[in-house]
Amino acid sequence: MTGVSILTVLIVLAPLFAIFAYLVYKGLGSINLAFLTQTPKPVGEPGGGMANAIAGTGVILAIASLLGVPLGIGAGIFLSEYGRNRYGDAVRFVSDVMNGVPSIVIGIVAYGLVVMRQKHFSALAGGVALAIMMIPTIARTTEQMLLLVPQAIREAAFGLGVSRWRTTLSITLRTATSGVITGVMLAFARVAGETAPLLFTAFGNQFWNWRLDQPTAALSLQIYTYALSPFDDWHRQAWAGSLVLIVLIVSAVAAVRIVVRRGTLAGA
Amino acid sequence: MGVGITVEHLNAFYGKTQALFDINIAVQANHATALIGPSGCGKSTFIRCLNRMHETIPEARVDGMVRIGEFSVYNGTSATQLRRRVGMVFQKPNPFPTMSIYDNVAAGLKLNGFRNRKQLDEIVQKSLHSSALWDEVKDSLHKKSGASLSGGQQQRLCIARALAVQPEVLLMDEPCSALDPISTGKIEELIFQLKEQYTIVIVTHNMQQAARVAEFTGFFLLGKMIEFDKTEKVFTNPSDKRTEDYVTGRFG
Amino acid sequence: MSNQALPRPRFSAPDPEPRVPEQRSPEQGPKAALKIETTAPLLQGRVSEVPDALFGWAMRLCGFAVVALLGLIVYQLVVGSQLSWHAFGWKFFGQSDWNPVEDQYGALPFIFGTLVSSLLALLIAVPLAVGVAVFITEMCPVGLRGVLSFTTELLAAIPSVIYGLWAIFVLVPIMRTFVQPILAKTLGWTGLFTGPAYGYSILTAGIILAIMIIPIISSITREVLTVVPQHQREAVLALGATRWEMIRLGVLRNARAGIVGAIILGLGRALGETMAVTMVIGNRPEIAKSLFAFGYSMASVLANEFSEATGDLYLSALIEIGLALFLVTIVVNALARIMVWSVTRGQPAKSIA
Repeated sequence: MTGVSILTVLIVLAPLFAIFAYLVYKGLGSINLAFLTQTPKPVGEPGGGMANAIAGTGVILAIASLLGVPLGIGAGIFLSEYGRNRYGDAVRFVSDVMNGVPSIVIGIVAYGLVVMRQKHFSALAGGVALAIMMIPTIARTTEQMLLLVPQAIREAAFGLGVSRWRTTLSITLRTATSGVITGVMLAFARVAGETAPLLFTAFGNQFWNWRLDQPTAALSLQIYTYALSPFDDWHRQAWAGSLVLIVLIVSAVAAVRIVVRRGTLAGA
Repeated sequence: MGVGITVEHLNAFYGKTQALFDINIAVQANHATALIGPSGCGKSTFIRCLNRMHETIPEARVDGMVRIGEFSVYNGTSATQLRRRVGMVFQKPNPFPTMSIYDNVAAGLKLNGFRNRKQLDEIVQKSLHSSALWDEVKDSLHKKSGASLSGGQQQRLCIARALAVQPEVLLMDEPCSALDPISTGKIEELIFQLKEQYTIVIVTHNMQQAARVAEFTGFFLLGKMIEFDKTEKVFTNPSDKRTEDYVTGRFG
Repeated sequence: MSNQALPRPRFSAPDPEPRVPEQRSPEQGPKAALKIETTAPLLQGRVSEVPDALFGWAMRLCGFAVVALLGLIVYQLVVGSQLSWHAFGWKFFGQSDWNPVEDQYGALPFIFGTLVSSLLALLIAVPLAVGVAVFITEMCPVGLRGVLSFTTELLAAIPSVIYGLWAIFVLVPIMRTFVQPILAKTLGWTGLFTGPAYGYSILTAGIILAIMIIPIISSITREVLTVVPQHQREAVLALGATRWEMIRLGVLRNARAGIVGAIILGLGRALGETMAVTMVIGNRPEIAKSLFAFGYSMASVLANEFSEATGDLYLSALIEIGLALFLVTIVVNALARIMVWSVTRGQPAKSIA
């Protein structure tokens, strides 16, 4: 029986290794300077790259973080500091439920909210969609991290005549900073590779675009389009794009971790 | 300088449970007053009513009158404002874990918007001197976190932190219960010095400690104040039978 | 101290006399040189309560914004699907005709595709995921434990479009050349594994979904297993059970509700998964008996047709599919969460996020 369970572990790990091996093998072989600096060539023409999609992903994620992180952290503060009652329970349940809403459905909502009103696809719509996905995750992890801060720490601040809002921001939240940031990064990593909600919000673009109200390229969209295309060169680029996407996600998470760790005092 | 505290008809509740019953007491300025009694007798609840810490617990509620100096605690003053004049030291040392030693001491002033760097330096140094911690930490003020100190040092850091705000009253809720005897001795010595300038109310379950540091002692039992008198009298010639039973170790 | 402030203990009324402190004599003076000269209080001025109230309400607003967001989602979907709902009513979910040219819309093929691919995924994923969870919590050497749970979690971090990419270029050829011919030869008589082997099929979609939901199911199952108290295990072992009997009786049985919850959560994820499925399922709205046939899922049709939907009714029909998908996943997730909570006692399962 032990053998059987070890076998299951191997069966589960096999695709993981296959995916990673393929990603690195195919991706590394296809990344070059042109890929990182040029925009896509017209259909069927070899060469070109995904520079605009990399930038687009950055822009969309920036919008999503700008909207989603403050709101999510605020909701987390509400849950842990003001929400130990049935209102809090309602918000808690709704956040958990929203975590399970399929991302494509969120895309429909962002389409209705932003695209229908502006009358065209835009980076903003993509950012809104991803922000909606980030908020519940950030809210719940922030809540959990704030609850880990002992009540005694809050009382110490109250005892010094520090007001409640100051205590919450400068003491409670600050004590929980690294946990909260880890939660934010988890949410970030989760939406960074999302494709479905961008299909009809950011839509994609073959050219450079820096305007927030215009269709914008994104790495994940580009990978999708190229994967379904009949051209070998685009398949190569899809792999390269995937590798870049994974590296971007991992390095963003790692960078924030390092920054957080450096700010910590000895013995803390 | 310290100010006196007057308490009249104080009742405290946790939800439907009443924890304190009609407490009346006058605490003298610039003296140490000890509150003793078996665990669960309400002495900690009482001290937390003096700086309105009681009400930070959900569903907790207070009625009655408390005056600290000329301040009416439950009337017209914000809790925040009151707590700036009434320092508190807790049962377990609770330094801010992400702050350096310096920042811990300066926290009360800095977080309340006090920005004068030079004056802050002075106050931090003075407060650490007053809590007899300066010599041990002066070389690592900015390098070490408050949480890296030993338990006794942490508690003295918390005292320094409370003193830095320059309060008139210092409330101590079993400040030595988590400490070893040597640290306890240091803190008691400190209390002895501090009462020159502050009104100190100290909750303790250690009767010897009450006898060592306080001029006045109050005895609590089941949420009621049974006796309040000069320490010497409470311990040698109490007027209530229950006090006598308690101080002679017959129960509790 | 005025006399009116003297204590009035309830049960003892000692003479007020002793409470008047003796005047401190000068020689009692400062015991230490370290004396704080009393300066004017540094924090003067009234403290306004307004910032506190503002902050509190701002945070409450953030909290209720989450609820409002859910309301907004529901509102958008309901309003958007009105046209289609009025045109087709309940028939929408019973019809298999999907014809944008004639404005005829029925969601049945998509519902079928979503259900079949998700159930296939569960069929494959559940034994593997539970097996891995049991291995990690019950029999794995501690050193290996961290590495294994880290790698299974890593699987969850890969974007679904990359799963899809890998599936197109690795899984589909494998299915076409090996798996499908073998299945057709051995199990073809069941009728489930017949027809041409294109590689793209409902079966392929089920397999890629299984790979994607294994991490979720196994990490939550692991959490549930770790809260089974040690004494339950020991009680079974003390009766002379073997290790496997112990795991079956002492661990799995006690964690049953939680494991079912984990499985349902996996189902919820599979139902809503879009990209990887869209890339391998074949995208043809038909209901076939064979798992080798092309299919279409609710999420896939949204991904493929939403941005090209020209007519109002077309768009509305798509939004109605979105609404149906939303409602199903909400119910499934709520159910799952209740079951997981019943085991972990209200501790939200961390790995869901």
